[in-house]
Amino acid sequence: MGFSTPRHDPVPDANGCFGHFGGRFVAETLMPLTLDLQAQYAAVKDSASFRAELAALQRDFVGRQSPLYFAERLTERLQGATIYLKREDLMHTGAHKINNCLGQLLLARHMGKRRIIAETGAGMHGVATATVAARFGMDCTVYMGSADIDRQRPNVERMQLLGAEIVPVSHGTGTLKDAMNEAMRDWTTNVASTFYVIGTVAGPHPYPSLVRDFQSVIGQEVREQMLEREGRPPDSLLACIGGGSNAMGLFHPFVHEPDVRLIGVEAAGQGLETGRHAASLQGGAPGVLHGNRTYLLQSEEGQIVDAHSISAGLDYPGIGPEHAWLHETGRGEYVAVTDDEAVDAFHTLCRLEGIIPALESSHAIAHAIKLAPTLPRSHRMVINLSGRGDKDMASVADYMTAKPNDRGTQ
Amino acid sequence: MMAPTRNRIARRFTELQAADRAGLVTFISAGDPDYDTSLDTLLGLPAAGADIIELGMPFSDPMADGPSIQQASQRALQGGQDMHKTLAMVRAFREHDNETPLVLMGYYNPIHRLGVAPFLALASAAGVDGLIVVDLPPEHDEEIRRPAREHDLHVIRLATPTTDECRLPRVLQDATGFLYYVSGTGVTGATQASPERIEAQLSRIRQKTELPIGVGFGIRTPDQARCIAEFADAVVVGSALTDCFQQAERPADGKRAVLERVRSLAAAIAEAR
Repeated sequence: MGFSTPRHDPVPDANGCFGHFGGRFVAETLMPLTLDLQAQYAAVKDSASFRAELAALQRDFVGRQSPLYFAERLTERLQGATIYLKREDLMHTGAHKINNCLGQLLLARHMGKRRIIAETGAGMHGVATATVAARFGMDCTVYMGSADIDRQRPNVERMQLLGAEIVPVSHGTGTLKDAMNEAMRDWTTNVASTFYVIGTVAGPHPYPSLVRDFQSVIGQEVREQMLEREGRPPDSLLACIGGGSNAMGLFHPFVHEPDVRLIGVEAAGQGLETGRHAASLQGGAPGVLHGNRTYLLQSEEGQIVDAHSISAGLDYPGIGPEHAWLHETGRGEYVAVTDDEAVDAFHTLCRLEGIIPALESSHAIAHAIKLAPTLPRSHRMVINLSGRGDKDMASVADYMTAKPNDRGTQ
Repeated sequence: MMAPTRNRIARRFTELQAADRAGLVTFISAGDPDYDTSLDTLLGLPAAGADIIELGMPFSDPMADGPSIQQASQRALQGGQDMHKTLAMVRAFREHDNETPLVLMGYYNPIHRLGVAPFLALASAAGVDGLIVVDLPPEHDEEIRRPAREHDLHVIRLATPTTDECRLPRVLQDATGFLYYVSGTGVTGATQASPERIEAQLSRIRQKTELPIGVGFGIRTPDQARCIAEFADAVVVGSALTDCFQQAERPADGKRAVLERVRSLAAAIAEAR
């Protein structure tokens, strides 16, 4: 058999492959850089001084650890599983993205790089990168699709306030994938001086594992917090997936524990059957883009097609290769929820718990609303509340204007 | 399996060596700006002085290319170009020209989607001699290089200024056809490194391989081509040709401009040594 349940085999392998996904599909110009990055990361990641510096900044600058919050009223409403929320929305800059940026910028500093580049879609990764770059006094350039700049104006202003240069990308469709293409072109051009901070668990090896490692503080804290509170690990973990970094960070410490269900929630947009969605696993096919082999939204001819989601942060036509592997091996369960369901869940959490969730995270809440009632109270479910929803006020307002009669009745 | 017309690439480099001149490798994107104009242009290239033809397989996300080739790719896709039409262009070309080597150049995903085995069978039957897959480095190219060998198709390797001493052997191991030396870091169409620097890099590489070396990236003018042709086995020109379609008011003007530019580049290369 080609596939076995992931156990303790080293993943990824030396070429960065998770099964047949992942790898390092980049132009030769970038190959030596990815090899160098891999070597430097391997040398530094377990060093006591690096870990101590990272831990101190995670605590004092980011605000870790993030609370594990018992969602009492949501649990009561759903009459099923006991629901906890992992409060990444309370971290500095308002989302989990900063965990990865902090790790990568410390690594960049260690490598002697002074110039930071990043791509961003919704702007949260861009803001987190600009924030940490400001903290370390590094030059920061953020590539952002021109369509996203129009949709996410407040985050553009935040990045500028933090001293980052925003480069609009109008090639292609002017969204996240085009911003990533342009960041890779910059990296190809400025190989010696520049460190590319990829925002999700995708890209050429070692990025998928490196970003996962920096995000896995989420899952590690959940383990400790659940043991402290419940005396046992959780029964299920839920997280939304665009590229999949918050999900991978939550799942990673539990991948080798088959009793813990790992549930990733993709964006079904206007519905999988409409073709207007961002669900790479459920509506895509394997292919090669942005340095890795993974599931992609693409045409029959292998041209990449646009993703669609009300949530700009899930609007990416690919998914991290480790998720593709967890999907094919069956270790992970992957589902999708629509824009409608996500907006309903957004309102539900606002009203029941006094928490305004990001539209991204609302996808995970939406699936929990379907799943929790089918499970007993003894089932402990942890949902990653990956970000806060302040940035989404305009998107939700527009959506409610378009569909006034059937929303917000929770 | 080995038809007499095979190995057009090796044969062409042998001829060039005998004539003591560098070859001119021209890149155009298949289907840019439309199928008919692109095919007309392709058919005119050998007479204009192209020794080897690189034909781009358009892709929606050409990450290693600068604006000129990105736009060429987009124009072609908007005109309805796909892999089957690109291979049809090669077949049409081979009806007129069975001598000029033709290399398909592009990104892996459209090949991956079609399937490596069907793609290679179709490409070989169409009369393709080699492949350059930009995002398929030596670490991953075996999945196409091995079956390509059975079709006598060369998978061309790339070396760059960042390919250092410890990496070069990996690039050269199993390399066939010719080596494509990308003379600058950056995306296609970016500015060129100094000829002295490129020449030094080439002598470094020549100590390790007998393969002919083509030099590309940033070569736009006859003067630049002449400088490189003094020491390289071939000179690759791409963005300067795709620009012609970008600037042309009508497709036919673009075709004329491409062929005119190819003639002037070929003339400059012919007098380089």
